[in-house]
Amino acid sequence: MIHSDHPDETLSGMENEIVLELPTDVRSIEHAVEYVMRRCNACARQGHRLHLNFRVGLTEALANAMLYGNGHDPSKRVRVEIVVADGEIKARVTDQGVGFDPAAVPDPTTPENLLNPGGRGLFLMRQLLDEVFFNDQGNQVTLVLRLDPGPSVLEGGAPA
Amino acid sequence: MSFQVSQSGGITLVEVEGQLIVGNRQELKQKVLEHLEGGERKFVIDFSDTGYIDSSGLGVLVSLSKKIREQGGELRLSSLNEDLRTLFELTKLDTLFRIADTKEEALEGF
Repeated sequence: MIHSDHPDETLSGMENEIVLELPTDVRSIEHAVEYVMRRCNACARQGHRLHLNFRVGLTEALANAMLYGNGHDPSKRVRVEIVVADGEIKARVTDQGVGFDPAAVPDPTTPENLLNPGGRGLFLMRQLLDEVFFNDQGNQVTLVLRLDPGPSVLEGGAPA
Repeated sequence: MSFQVSQSGGITLVEVEGQLIVGNRQELKQKVLEHLEGGERKFVIDFSDTGYIDSSGLGVLVSLSKKIREQGGELRLSSLNEDLRTLFELTKLDTLFRIADTKEEALEGF
């Protein structure tokens, strides 16, 4: 469990993999991201890119999954799989929604969209990660950040 | 996240502590809107103690800025760290807000 307030969350950790099942509750996002960052030994070594790029990208992916994918439905869940392998860290976030067409999301930086309150999550993911891709259904996003050379494993040990 | 609200020379200063993200953005929005409805028009939101802001947090700032402008006021921002500045630049929101290096600078020039 990643946090005592969220007993539904389960963890199955292997050396290079973290799997979390989160309830649809945006308050759980901060805890989940912090937990992944703490567990990820590579994150500490990678410093800034992991700290900003990966952290923000994962936060946005979780928020999109809960708000738009699962439509705030607390009975639906979000699955997060983090894998560190082959010189990259990969986060796959899957919701239980019907999916969407990522190509239909407009560019939030054009003058006509700049004042829109929403629509920046996917844009930030694409800007901050090396690769962002969706499954055909559109209910699963995979974020890839390439790591600098060097050993990169996820730290074991009991979660706080 | 928590925030401190103070008044100085007709300006409402909101200092955000922690992260402004999807789970808490409505608290900030509500607080600023209360002051706007109370007749205040000049706002500074200071991020000296803010780790990061996600897209929902950015969205709330955009939405507040719009509402404040509609009432003839202005929302300025201050003390963005390097990460936050990167997010504002990527999203081009640095063109939408007047951003001061410090809260003192934001207050002085208002």
